[in-house]
This record gives sequence, structure tokens and C-alpha cells, in this order.
Amino acid sequence: MAAKGSLKTVVEPLGISNPITRQVLGICSALAVTVKLDTALVMSGALIFVLVGSNALVSVFRNLIPSRVRIIVMLTIIATLVIFIDQLLKAYLYDISKQLSVFVGLIITNCIVLGRAEAFALKNGVWQSMLDGFGNGLGYGIILVLVAAMRELFGSGSLLGVQVVPLSLYADQGGWYMNNGLMLLAPGAFFVLGLLIWLQRTVTGYTEE
Amino acid sequence: MNSFRKLLDRVEPRFREGGRWSRYWPLYEMVDTMFYVPATTAPGPPHVRDAVDMKRSMVTVILALLPALLFGIYNTGYQAAPGEHPFWQLQTGIGAVLPLVLVSYIVGGIWELLFAVTRRHEINEGFLVTGLLLPLTLPPDIPLWMVAAGISFGVVIGKEVTGGTGYNIFNPALVARAFIFFAYPSEMSGDAVWSLADELTAATPLAVASSMPGLEGPQLVREAGYTLQQMFVGLIPGSVGGTSKVAILLGAVVLLVTRIANWRIMAGGLAGMTIAALLANWMAPSFDNPALWLSPLHHLLMGGFAFGLVFMATDPVSASQTDSGRWIYGALIGTLAVMIRVLNQAFVEGVMLAILLGNAFAPMIDYFVLRQNIAKRQRAYAQQ
Repeated sequence: MAAKGSLKTVVEPLGISNPITRQVLGICSALAVTVKLDTALVMSGALIFVLVGSNALVSVFRNLIPSRVRIIVMLTIIATLVIFIDQLLKAYLYDISKQLSVFVGLIITNCIVLGRAEAFALKNGVWQSMLDGFGNGLGYGIILVLVAAMRELFGSGSLLGVQVVPLSLYADQGGWYMNNGLMLLAPGAFFVLGLLIWLQRTVTGYTEE
Repeated sequence: MNSFRKLLDRVEPRFREGGRWSRYWPLYEMVDTMFYVPATTAPGPPHVRDAVDMKRSMVTVILALLPALLFGIYNTGYQAAPGEHPFWQLQTGIGAVLPLVLVSYIVGGIWELLFAVTRRHEINEGFLVTGLLLPLTLPPDIPLWMVAAGISFGVVIGKEVTGGTGYNIFNPALVARAFIFFAYPSEMSGDAVWSLADELTAATPLAVASSMPGLEGPQLVREAGYTLQQMFVGLIPGSVGGTSKVAILLGAVVLLVTRIANWRIMAGGLAGMTIAALLANWMAPSFDNPALWLSPLHHLLMGGFAFGLVFMATDPVSASQTDSGRWIYGALIGTLAVMIRVLNQAFVEGVMLAILLGNAFAPMIDYFVLRQNIAKRQRAYAQQ
């Protein structure tokens, strides 16, 4: 029973109650860092780290935190973790951390992190909270990677920086193909994200009133 | 024709409920009501005694577009080789424009059919207009696969996402054009795209008018060899259907006489454009932007302003629905079009963006017009 519940905690946020496509949270960074796949992957990793860590810590202290000041305490925990991961990226993945610029720091204000701390970690045990954080982080990551893959493939013709569309196909090389400039602009992310949300809600039949 | 009716009647049961092809009822319905006036009548009052249904009114719009299409075909050939025999030019024009129209209709039609079948409703006639409007706003040299990508985006994102014909916020043809414009800018703007011949580059009058800072736009246009008369007749480089103001005027007359387009939108657009252009003229001496010098007549005759105002701003679904709202909506589009043309050097042509922005504001304009009317009547009521 417990194992089944744990599995559900991890798996549900991947699809049915995905934080981005179902709850439409955290889309600011989903739009900003998805021009290329590698930034999206690093961003997803950073968010999973912060989410698992903050859920675990908030859950550990859940009986000590006075409910009146819980937002401040939770934000302190989240901010500590974000600064930690930010410094880590600057030390070991300098180029990508430069491309991500402020968006790693902005994980502090990512609604998913605070939302999960408030909605789940405050009420559940440490292990369950970590699983929930992992599931939601992964759900966020999947959408981010999907959007980034679409944008990089159609916008730059490559994946992870490797040219996928054959160069001989391009118009300036004698072919006919051309990269889609719209995908590199912010509206491109909106369209891809919107289509994913449409797809998810058609499959699950979920509608908002 | 009679045997065709018989054929339709014979296959009808198979498309009816319970028939083998009942899923494809929209397809049968489309063909049937395209050729014959449907026998069904509105089940409840109020009744309008009129043979014009949506299909007929959309066909009227297509009739109104025909002069622009035919002239566009000829002009495409003419721009490819101005010295050639007219027959050759016509042939070249057909060879270039017909594929654009066909691709637009076929690819867009497949999407329409797909949504009609999965959503189990009839095929929306509005597509007949959308599918023709898009190629008319494109440069003749555009690759066909971009037309396919554009019309797919226009039909799906511009229309079906919000529920299909009648529910679209934006004009689907313009959404399609905006998609191609931002996705593949090198095929949509610049001097090389307006003529079929690769070695010929032709700057449109609009591009010329803002080309050299410090000079006056009208003078630049004149020196490039474009007279007002030429721009009125339309033998100039430009998008397929947008160059000839004579053809557009013919279309406008058809639309206004049949009352499919609302005259208030067009009038509002002309008024807004004129005021914005005069304002620009007034500011012109203090700046070195040549486009500020363009007169209202120039703005009307150059680029896609006339085409957009007559055929796209008046789209009954995405425009304002109230009479005074239509004036405001038209004026907003006219003013914005001039502002984008003159002040934003990144976009030579502003009509597309102006109409899309106008579409976005149309419901809000209606909302305030209605509120205003309610407040007025409340005041009148209170005084009695």
C-alpha cells in the first residue's frame, strides 16, 4: 500500500497533475530557458534539486515552523538552496549558467517550489515529501525538455547543439528548408506550450470552469 | 447537373447516421450544400426570408476577391519580366499564383475536415475566404511549403483552438500571414522576394519611402519611378493581391452593396489613417524620417493598406459588432497602421500588425460601447 502510494506521488505529477500543463505554474522559466535543449536540461536539474531539497527540509521542520511565519521560513530554505545551486552552476557549468542568467536565481519565486512546500511538505513525512518534490520537478523537467526540443529542432535545426536537419537541405546550401525564426522568439514557446496543454487536456479530459 | 443531384441522393444514406461512412458526414454536407441550396429551414423564429446562408455570403466575398486575384496573376507575370509579351506574362503569373492558392486550399481544407470529423460538426465555409486571402497577401516568390505551414498555423491556432468559425479572436488568414512573416522573415520582406526572377530586385514603394533619412518620402517614391497613378492601377511590385487599388475598389463596392462588409469600419479606417498621416506630416520638418512626409493618399495607395482595410479588417467575426464600436475599431486600425509604417523602421508594412491588434481590442471596444449605451439610457430614465 505504502509503496503504491509512493509510486503515485512520483508518477502523478508527470502527467495527470503536471505542474505546468495542469496547474499552469512556473511557465515564466518554461518560456525563458527553452530556446535550447541544454539550458532546459540544466534548468530542470536545478529545479529538481531545489524542489527535493526544499520539500525535505520543510517537511523536517514542519512541526517547528509557526504557521504565521511559515512563508518566510519556507522562502529562506528555498533561497538557501537556490543560491547553493547557482554557485555550483557558476563553478562547474559556467557557460550554461551565463545563458541561464537570472533564471536560476528566479527559481526562488517559482510557484511550483513554494506551492509544493505549502501544499504537500507541510503536511507529509520527509520521504513522501522528497518523492513529491522529485515527481513535480520531473514533471516540470519533462515539459521543459519537450518544449526546448521542439524549439531547438525547428528554430535552429539542431538538438543539444548537434545539427540534426541535414545542412544540404537548407536554402542557402541549395536545398529548400529554412529554420523557423518564430520558434526562437518568446511567442514560439507560448505556442508549443499551449499545444502541449491542449494535448494533455484532450487526453485526460480535464477542463477548467 | 441533374445526374449529379441523383448521385448525391443515392449516396446520402451511407453518410447518414448508421451508414457506413457516417463519420464523414461533414464531407457530404459540404459538397451537397456547396452546389445546392439546402432544404432545411431554421426550426424556430425569428425567420429571415432570404436565400443567402453563410455559404452564399462567403461566395460573395470570393467574388469580391476575384478582381484582385486576376490582376495579381497578371501583375506577377508582369513583374517577372516587364518587357515580355502579355500572354507570356499571364502564363507565368498563373504558373506562380495558382500553386499558392491550391496549396492554401488543400492543406487548410485537410485541417478543416480533420476538425469537422473529430468534432462532429459541419465544415465551416469561412475557410473558403481564409484560403484565398492568405495567398493574396503573400509575395509571389514564397516557397509553397511555407504557405502550407502558414495556413496550417492559421487554421489550427488562429481558428480551431478557440472553437472554429465564429469563435476566432483573430482573422485566421492574418494569423497565418503573421506566422510566415515572423518565422521566415527573409522570404517575406526585403527587395528580392517581390519578383519571380532571381536576378531582379524590386523595392516596394513603401520600402523606398523610408529608405534614405533626411529626404522626403514622396520624393523618394517619385524618383524610384512610382507615380500615384501607377500605384492606383497596381503594376508595381508587392504582395499578389494587394497592389491594384482598382481591383480592391471593385471588391469593396461588391462587399458594400451586398452589405457583407460594414462601411463604418472602412470609413473609420480611412479617417484614422488620414488623421495619423496629417499628424505625421505636421511633425515631419523636425525629424529626418522620410516616411513622415507621406501624404494620406500615399498611405492609401502604397502597400497593403487598402487590401487589409477592405477584406481583412471588415471580417465580421473578428471585428467590432456595435456601430460606434466599428468606427473606433476602424480608426484604431488606420492610426496604428500609419504609426507602425512611419515610426517603426523594423516593420516596413504595418497593416497586418495593426489589424491583429485591432482584433484583440475589438471585444473591449464593444464592451465599453455597450456600457456607455446602458449608462446613457439609465440617465434618460432617471430624468423622467
